[in-house]
Amino acid sequence: MLTPEMDALLSEYFPVLLFLVIATVLGLVLMVVPLVLTEAKPDPEKNSAYECGFGAFDDARTRFDVRFYLVAILFIIFDLEVAFLFPWAVALGDIGIFGFWSMMVFLGILTIGFIYEWKKGALEWE
Amino acid sequence: MLELWNDLLWPLLWQVILILALTVGVLLYVAYAVYADRKIWAAVQLRRGPNVVGPFGLFQLFADFGKNLIKEVIVPAGVNKGIFFIAPMLTFVLAVVGWAVIPVADGMVVADLNVGILYIFAISSMGVYGIIMAGWASNSKYPFLGGMRAAAQMVSYEVSIGLVIVTVLMCVGSLNLTEIVYAQAEGVWFFIPLFPMFVVYFISLLAETNRPPFDLPESESELVAGYQVEYSSTPYLLFMIGEYINIVLLCSLCTVLFFGGWLPPLDIAPLNWIPGLVWFVLKTSFFFFLVSMVKAMVPRYRYDQLMRLGWKVFLPLSLLWVAITGGVLIAFDLLPDPVAVSAATGAGL
Amino acid sequence: MMVATTAFYVFAAITIAAAFMVIAARNPVHSVLYLILAFFNAAALFVLIGAEFLAMILVIVYVGAVAVLFMFVVMMLDINFTELREGVLQYLPIGALVGVILVVEVLLVVGGIAVGPLSPDVAAAPAPMSSDVENTRALGQLLYTQYIYFFQIAGLILLVAMIGAIVLTLRQREGVRKQSIAAQNARTREDAVELVDIKPGSGI
Repeated sequence: MLTPEMDALLSEYFPVLLFLVIATVLGLVLMVVPLVLTEAKPDPEKNSAYECGFGAFDDARTRFDVRFYLVAILFIIFDLEVAFLFPWAVALGDIGIFGFWSMMVFLGILTIGFIYEWKKGALEWE
Repeated sequence: MLELWNDLLWPLLWQVILILALTVGVLLYVAYAVYADRKIWAAVQLRRGPNVVGPFGLFQLFADFGKNLIKEVIVPAGVNKGIFFIAPMLTFVLAVVGWAVIPVADGMVVADLNVGILYIFAISSMGVYGIIMAGWASNSKYPFLGGMRAAAQMVSYEVSIGLVIVTVLMCVGSLNLTEIVYAQAEGVWFFIPLFPMFVVYFISLLAETNRPPFDLPESESELVAGYQVEYSSTPYLLFMIGEYINIVLLCSLCTVLFFGGWLPPLDIAPLNWIPGLVWFVLKTSFFFFLVSMVKAMVPRYRYDQLMRLGWKVFLPLSLLWVAITGGVLIAFDLLPDPVAVSAATGAGL
Repeated sequence: MMVATTAFYVFAAITIAAAFMVIAARNPVHSVLYLILAFFNAAALFVLIGAEFLAMILVIVYVGAVAVLFMFVVMMLDINFTELREGVLQYLPIGALVGVILVVEVLLVVGGIAVGPLSPDVAAAPAPMSSDVENTRALGQLLYTQYIYFFQIAGLILLVAMIGAIVLTLRQREGVRKQSIAAQNARTREDAVELVDIKPGSGI
């Protein structure tokens, strides 16, 4: 059931998993060591939020700023564009001029959207 | 029993040893990179930098490490404890795990993934989470705002990094990092034909890792270390080390993508005797030196200027360059033939 | 072989558990974190069947972009979770009905493929040129040539998403002074400096 190619693929990814486990263990050890070595002496001054020496003024959650949402959505769209560009870049030799122009049309469509955003001022911050 | 050892346990142990060797190597390098950063910054400002601990201050980072280990872990009131502690862990683990696919020398790579570049892109995409979670979990206005802005900044420069990677891929024809270096061995190092993309990549590297001049979200003078302000002791240490490991990771990716990885500049006799690993470390150190110098010299970008640079300058420029590179490669028939490349290197698929 | 099977069961179990915790978690931020865990394990499942490009793209796009969007929204909205959870029991029968309909649909699709013969269109679908081409390259060979219309439609969908997001959310703020870098760079010495000859003792 497992073809030799798939077996090779899995054995390539196994070191990644191992690396992840080792890095996590290392991080955990580093986090836990002070809990063992030091004694916690909590103190209202130490534990309050830092606000340049004053007490906290109001709730930590600011009002919703829609600009962050817009940046995130634009990022999703351009990230997807880059995701489509990856196989194209790798297979450019096989798909030739037809493939090149099909991607140019796709990029053209997205450039129209980008110009619209620019003109509308969605890329302005503050 | 012997088969179990030979087939399963010994390769496993060997892998673990290799991984630990790489991790320790990277951590030591990063320790001295932080020291070098401080010394370079000091030298530009005509002062000495650390020179007390050990000869020339060489053991400074170990002293800092020890200091952070024995400090009390302060958990501010009202924080979400789980997320508060996951955030630095995530930053550190992601930065370290990104090294799994970097070829430090010919054949020396932990996992020679066929989608190596995408793996690194995925790791840097996830780096945003450590910051967002740290900012939110701290239950305080400054870290929260700093975290959001840092995340928005990182995300804006991800796109141009992705497009720069695409231009390099077009010249190579494979997503495998070792193949990218081999393609530069046969041809020319990519920073020559793709020089604008190299510049865009380097500047995006600075923005991606929140380094000056793009460090407004964590600037000392404005936001008092931004999203990290409520952290102390080893969680803070993990953030700091994770950030520097990330910087060195992106610098090494720069050498692999644009400067030929472990290849010597000219394939002639005396340069060939120096092992590939040394060339790799030298080139990565050069980029880290540039990153340090930029920190020492350049004033800080305001946040809206930063976002404007990412969206209005780098994004159109890299898109245009993708189109130009594709056009030139097809028009002059310079496209790589990956089947030939793989056969030549014997890299099985 | 055994390793692959155990790995599959482990990843699948974690995916299902994480997906369940998405709806069961109290704190919305925890829900998003469990969703990210589910995405990761789905990516691992993709790797197990050899679709490594798809696995990486799942992480890059879903975990790196979509979940970041969710995080931004969830963190910035002050959601009162106790109010949100009040009506759960009331909606449980409807939810169960929707779940049952979805399960029936999935079974119909899977059963149709498993029981009936492959339709000639599906069987004649273009396959990548040779089997030793790696996954991403194989995708690239097909997507931009054979399936070009779907590809362009994807582009149009992204365009609509861009325009929709801007139309729905953009609010112009009055009186914001923006920096015009071109104007700043175009300033000449004549605009900026004026030399005035003043007699000693008198002002300007």
